[in-house]
Amino acid sequence: METLIKSLILILVLTGLGGYMTLLERVLMARMQMRYGPNRVGPFGLFQPIADGIKLLTKESFQPAGVEPLTYWLAPCISLFMALLAFVLIPFGETITIFGYTIRLYVADINAGFVFLLAFSSLAVYGVVLAGWSSNNRYALLGGLRGTAQMISYEIPMGLALLTIPLMTGTLSLPAIVDAQKDYWFVLTQPLAFIIYLITAFAETNRAPFDLPEAEQELTAGYHTEYGGMKFAMFFLAEYINILAVCSIAVTLFLGGWHGPGNIPILWFALKVAALVFLFMWVRATMPRFRYDQLMAFGWKILIPLALLNLILTAYFTLVLK
Amino acid sequence: MKEIFSQVLSVFSGLFIVVKHMFRRPITVQYPEKKRKLPPRSRGRHYLTKWADGKERCVGCELCAIVCPSQAIYVKPAENKPGEESHSHGERYASDFQINMLRCIFCGYCEEACPTGAIILGNDYELSGYNRESLIYTKEMLTEKTPGDSGRDPNRTI
Repeated sequence: METLIKSLILILVLTGLGGYMTLLERVLMARMQMRYGPNRVGPFGLFQPIADGIKLLTKESFQPAGVEPLTYWLAPCISLFMALLAFVLIPFGETITIFGYTIRLYVADINAGFVFLLAFSSLAVYGVVLAGWSSNNRYALLGGLRGTAQMISYEIPMGLALLTIPLMTGTLSLPAIVDAQKDYWFVLTQPLAFIIYLITAFAETNRAPFDLPEAEQELTAGYHTEYGGMKFAMFFLAEYINILAVCSIAVTLFLGGWHGPGNIPILWFALKVAALVFLFMWVRATMPRFRYDQLMAFGWKILIPLALLNLILTAYFTLVLK
Repeated sequence: MKEIFSQVLSVFSGLFIVVKHMFRRPITVQYPEKKRKLPPRSRGRHYLTKWADGKERCVGCELCAIVCPSQAIYVKPAENKPGEESHSHGERYASDFQINMLRCIFCGYCEEACPTGAIILGNDYELSGYNRESLIYTKEMLTEKTPGDSGRDPNRTI
């Protein structure tokens, strides 16, 4: 029961946050480009996501000719589901007491949570590739193929970079990993792994400069070219929740999770995630897109050797120091 | 190695430049409330100007209609009848004058071609309408109500 309520609250908060991240991104990008951004709907444009939501909800549910109906309808659901699923494992805080109940601030503490996290972050590509394949459109297919190739090649350095953390802590449970960062954050001992993880996180979430699956200039909109209305909104929401997910993972594994001065439950976690989300938008406003061969070369020739070297060094030093 | 280092550094300097722009004032304006003042020679909607004595400058020569690259102008010339009060200083005047604002590309050739300086392009650029008919400007809409309404000196020779 407790788990159910927590999941429900989590889903509601996340979808709301996803909506408001679109507003945040639009305003931030506008300010970085010396524009005003959306500020008409409500005070400071705060009702803009609601207006967008109503618009998308009331749009015609359209299915182009020649699509594979089941996969076409399933793909956005897979995207959103996989984005939400990662949050099952994220510990937001230790425990809080409300009305005498002691509530743990995470939905599930799986003893192999780390492996679970890696597995589900790779599954997110299925939404992209199925959408690209089923919508009977060359642009969408190209976007889906790019998404797959990109995810496969960036999954490896991501895994290699993250593996250093269980090597250091000796546990796969995420709350235990956060507890191990009470004295110092792992970003201090593993700066290289953190940077590699951040780069691969950009690639995993299909964000600029790695937004090749949905490159507007070449592929119109990539894998969601043929999607409109609420189906498109689900892809959009999934993208933003994915950003939150990878930021939360980074905070959990590298930036000390909920630890911070004072014992305030969610505040420090939220602030750290917000800072990383700002970084995502900042980078999007700055970086041009990679060329496709550059993307592959960067992943296979630079990130994987670096991550491997980092992993071996970490393994060596943990062995020596213990 | 040195080259790679400078490349990595340039990524961060790019990020820094972008965040610096965040604290500048936006260069765009909140349009319907605030409007930029246009340069006086910018080309907007047309006016048919008048002489200072209230007579029309247009002599119905149709040069503007001939030079117009998008064929947006229609002129129907007529002759000033002797005895009656003349419409213009010349022998002829335009009894009908229409400009299709949907076709007009605001190139200003009509203004250049006009031998009497009758047709000029003003600064008004907010020219939307709800149907096509409302965007075909008739002679009454184009002609100045009083000489000098368009912002040009009615005493100029051309």
